[in-house]
Amino acid sequence: MASIREQFEIPGKMKTWSLALIGVGLVALVIGLVTKGFSTDEHEQAHFWGTLMYNTIFWTLVCNASMFFICVTTLAMGGWQQSFRRIPEAISTMVPIFGSITFVVLIYVVVTDKHFIYHWLDTEAVAKDPILLGKSGFLNPKFFIIWTTLAIGLWSILGWRMRQISREADEAPMDNESGAKFILRNTVRAAFFTVWFALTVGSTIPWLWMMSIDAHWYSTMYSWYTFASSFVSGMSLIALWVIYMKNKGYLELTTQDHLHDIGKFMFAFSIFWTYLWFSQYMLIWYANIPEETVYFKHRVQGPYKGIFFLNLIINFICPLLILMKRSAKRNYTLVTFMAVLILFGHWLDFYQMVMGSLSKETVTLGWLDFGILSLFVGLMILFVGRSLASKPLIVKYHPFLKESIIHQV
Amino acid sequence: MAKKKFVVGCFDDEAVLFPAVKKVRSAGYKIHDVYTPFAVHGLDHAMGLRETSLHTAGFIYGITGTSTALGCISWILAKDWPLNFGGKPHFALPAWIPITFELTVLFAAVGMVLTFCYLCQIAPFVKKHHFHARATDDLFVMVIECTEKTNVDDLKSFLSNNGAIETDVQIAEAGWWLGRYDQDELPFENKQTVAA
Repeated sequence: MASIREQFEIPGKMKTWSLALIGVGLVALVIGLVTKGFSTDEHEQAHFWGTLMYNTIFWTLVCNASMFFICVTTLAMGGWQQSFRRIPEAISTMVPIFGSITFVVLIYVVVTDKHFIYHWLDTEAVAKDPILLGKSGFLNPKFFIIWTTLAIGLWSILGWRMRQISREADEAPMDNESGAKFILRNTVRAAFFTVWFALTVGSTIPWLWMMSIDAHWYSTMYSWYTFASSFVSGMSLIALWVIYMKNKGYLELTTQDHLHDIGKFMFAFSIFWTYLWFSQYMLIWYANIPEETVYFKHRVQGPYKGIFFLNLIINFICPLLILMKRSAKRNYTLVTFMAVLILFGHWLDFYQMVMGSLSKETVTLGWLDFGILSLFVGLMILFVGRSLASKPLIVKYHPFLKESIIHQV
Repeated sequence: MAKKKFVVGCFDDEAVLFPAVKKVRSAGYKIHDVYTPFAVHGLDHAMGLRETSLHTAGFIYGITGTSTALGCISWILAKDWPLNFGGKPHFALPAWIPITFELTVLFAAVGMVLTFCYLCQIAPFVKKHHFHARATDDLFVMVIECTEKTNVDDLKSFLSNNGAIETDVQIAEAGWWLGRYDQDELPFENKQTVAA
């Protein structure tokens, strides 16, 4: 393994780019905060805080999907991901960072009583409303704050424990016995994370953070839909970083075969996302009950029509037709293109999920959205790059590393 | 189909089989097929087989299913016999998607199974020659097709030198044919033994 480059050095260009993106983002953030965030107009405030909310929630969940990927492949006794596992690990170090931004934004919205974002904060309205009264055990500030704290805190801690144990594979070779023990400890830690992930991302957190914007509306499909969205974007993000590192001459042990499997995840979960999209839409369309169709009314027939169906084309038709072929999933250029497209598509999906409810009459997509997006992309590039540089890129003594080296699709 | 002459080499180890396959190919012999007890990773590559076209066939079956479903339902429910179901429009696309999906899967699945059987030459009541009964148990059986120019003895010793534990010459039907087992030699009655 003499020729393997274990240590990532951050290229100057990457630093410049990420700082430039952050700079643009900060300018947009400050202008937005001054003109909209602290404005007296509720629409302007909803526009600013909503934009910040969907961006920060999107990026937190996408980066958290990386840790979910590691944990699930660990639980499945997967070996193929070991040659590039430091990439999703590095991406998952973003969870505490983006998580704290999410925490600050959401807690600010709840504490300052912005009932034009979360209608259930309006205590007078809730008292007169039997539906909201029935939900008040779940939708109340106290539960919201506790559950949000727990969710972000435990994702960070359990993810950190997963990364810590991975560091042990850098230290010394393992014999059969210590290797088996190491895998068992990995499995236990991964199980803790996965269970907590199911209780949060898989169910309660999307209801609490995003679905409760439409306080009366409910869909049990919503959380799975959000999870599918964030997981497919997470896989795309991993694909992008793997390809970037390959282009820079790192990750010698990762081959087209690994890329092929990442591509399969992107393809399969795009279809899974569509399955949930359609299941949610079709049942509501068929039953045609006003309290349910209220969510889709302005999305399917109102100003969000274009974005709503563009969303379906980007996130379903394109991955289905383009990623179906084996040769497409093994082509670095095509996977890069699709990964960017999928990330953009699901970012747009989160946009219409949040802003479609906050600004029903007008589509707000504009400079603020792309400014805040560039802030988050810049932060992601900067910190993931740093995190990659702080550890060896190869889990040298992981018992399953050989399985990954000889991986063949 | 015509009967052909084959030289059969049996190997008991994957690690011996792979270099042997490479050497046989580079020596210019034509490998008819390699029969293995389980799927061996990378063997198709070593044998120089081209990518299967089964998935292309599957895609075509799939879109056939999609268009059959959409064409059929839309013609029936929107043109030939429009009915009012709960005030929904006659062209009620979302309601048809599940059926379209099912028919796509059905066409693709059934079509691919049949195509697979055709490509592998397996079907009920259809017979194919077994070169060695133990190919289904614990032997890797490499079958080489002979031409007029092939020196059988040379080839047999070439195989033995490359690790074959048993070699054999057979004149057999290359493809599949319709027939019943009781009219032919039973595969397990072939007195094939392996020199331990």
